[in-house]
Amino acid sequence: MIYALIALGYTLVYGILQLINFAHGEIFMVGAYLGLFVYTLSQTVSGNLAATPLTISIIVLAMIGTAALGVTIERFAYRPLRNSPRLAPLITAIGLSFLLQNAVMLIFGPSDKNFPQIIKSQNYSWGNVAFTNLQILIALTSILLMVVLNAFIKNSKLGKAMRALADDPKAASLVGINPDQIISIAFLIGSGLAGAGGVMFGMYYNTINFHDGYLVGLKAFTAAVLGGIGNVPGAMLGGLLIGILESLGAGYLSSEWKNVFAFFILFLVLLLRPSGLLGSRVVKKV
Amino acid sequence: MKKRTGDPTEEKKFRKLRALNKSVIPEYFYRGSIDSRSKRAGMTRVLLGALKSSSASLPESFKISLLLVVIFTLPFFDKNPYHIDIMVTAGIFMLLASGLNVIVGFAGILNLGYAAFYAMGAYTYALVNLHLGVPFWAGLWVSGFVTALFGILLALPAFRLSGDYLAIVTLGFGEIVRITLNNLDRITGGPNGLLGIQHPALHFSSYQYQFGVRSEPYYFLVFSLVVIVVFFLKRLESSRLGRAWVAIREDELAASCMGVDLGWAKLSAFGIGGFIAGIAGCVFAAKQGTVSPDSFDFVVSVMILAMVVLGGLGNIWGALLGAFMLNLLPEFLRGFDIYRMLFFGIAMILIMLLRPQGILGERRHKEEFHSQSSR
Repeated sequence: MIYALIALGYTLVYGILQLINFAHGEIFMVGAYLGLFVYTLSQTVSGNLAATPLTISIIVLAMIGTAALGVTIERFAYRPLRNSPRLAPLITAIGLSFLLQNAVMLIFGPSDKNFPQIIKSQNYSWGNVAFTNLQILIALTSILLMVVLNAFIKNSKLGKAMRALADDPKAASLVGINPDQIISIAFLIGSGLAGAGGVMFGMYYNTINFHDGYLVGLKAFTAAVLGGIGNVPGAMLGGLLIGILESLGAGYLSSEWKNVFAFFILFLVLLLRPSGLLGSRVVKKV
Repeated sequence: MKKRTGDPTEEKKFRKLRALNKSVIPEYFYRGSIDSRSKRAGMTRVLLGALKSSSASLPESFKISLLLVVIFTLPFFDKNPYHIDIMVTAGIFMLLASGLNVIVGFAGILNLGYAAFYAMGAYTYALVNLHLGVPFWAGLWVSGFVTALFGILLALPAFRLSGDYLAIVTLGFGEIVRITLNNLDRITGGPNGLLGIQHPALHFSSYQYQFGVRSEPYYFLVFSLVVIVVFFLKRLESSRLGRAWVAIREDELAASCMGVDLGWAKLSAFGIGGFIAGIAGCVFAAKQGTVSPDSFDFVVSVMILAMVVLGGLGNIWGALLGAFMLNLLPEFLRGFDIYRMLFFGIAMILIMLLRPQGILGERRHKEEFHSQSSR
């Protein structure tokens, strides 16, 4: 589920700019740390807040923070390179990744940080299936965010502009769509979702580290490609699949091989469907 | 300063066509006819221009021999083993960047798992040396060919995939190789890696020279290999195959229409890139005496890619310069202590913002640079 949220960010940006935003995993990590920061702040301001409004406000504030970060990154590191060779922004993204990781390491320290259990974990079971209230909460929040996003892209004016820009940038700007603005919004939404993902990641695993962004980012990117990059429902599907495959692989094979398993499935899928599960086959015109 | 007036898209087409033609038509044909119109990086251009004009009076062969003399006499002036050691690492990465440059720079295929090739070279030498007692000089070839073979195997799906999908497959390949090395405890020693790999030795009839653990012999070894590889790539660049790669990079469809065998060209790019990574890995293993999976993780792939792009895609000297800079920059930034990697990131961003085509952009790339929007 969390993979799906982050994969959405990759897909949104890629769909419009054909840019692999390598710093996206880092934004996710920053989101987790922001969540922690807001929590600590709330504890010093007033000791006992109810769990539910606290959780919501942490997620929302972290989302705002990462969204602002995403837009800033786009403005300073990617926009100046809009017309450059395709790999140039990739390198600034790598540089940014170093920058963010080390900035977080310097501010919060290099060791694992405990992420507080804001909502106490409880176990439920239904037949043979066991789950916790946290898992349900994460699933519900993710689904909610995805449904809102899907509706936004399908129906709203900005969403339509976004799709138009992804389709044909030149034609879109001819009919009066401001590409800079729309790209900023894509970064805003993608980064915000990554921030939410970060907070939920922290709440679920209870420990965060400045290195977390890299591996999760890698897998989310894989998920985005698996579902067909540039395709929003594809990213959700891909994220779900990667998450499920990974836990199945860890359960039935061994946890050491779970990453190999996920990538191996990716190989197979791409060999059979070269443009991802839901990706449309782009016919190259001459 | 506008030369042609008229429809900008027409002009764009014209430029693209010309860029394509260049792979077929001799280059001096067009030299000097393009007005560069970059608004940014005026300063760097002036500086580079001044540098160029001051050195332009010297013949190319003289400059290269001067460079060679500087490189090969450095250990006699600089006795600091730490410096030489860094230079050996830089040299290994120069090999790697040159190899990746073949795949990404010449053929235009984004490869995010290049460290896997490097790892294969290192582990191949480690295994054949430990189990079969193969000496270094033979191991160099074995590593090269085994890695080239794997490169070709990886390139097979390249026929079906394009662009970023291929990139993600190479990324996945890199991760699979690393995790497999980590998990196959019995063969690769798992996370501890393999120990006790033989250092190289030279035999002159009865006299024997052991490379041992000092850095100097490896310095000469690595830079000899760099020179050989650069010479080889220089020749390759202007060969039929080299021009075929550039044609594919610019426009795959047009290239195949002109009779370029896409499959063969892509396979050979991965093969040659793999071979170079293989020998680099072999040298690394022989120098260290040990190999372990964490020398070959995703960050290494990304760093090699950054070297190639930073130096200038498709430019042989650029790849060398990029490798040199990204290896030495962190050492120079040691003064910043824990802020070192922070500044390293900032430096990477700044260099790219100032010179998006890389420090030494290839001429073909430079010319297209402002006529072609990101595809």
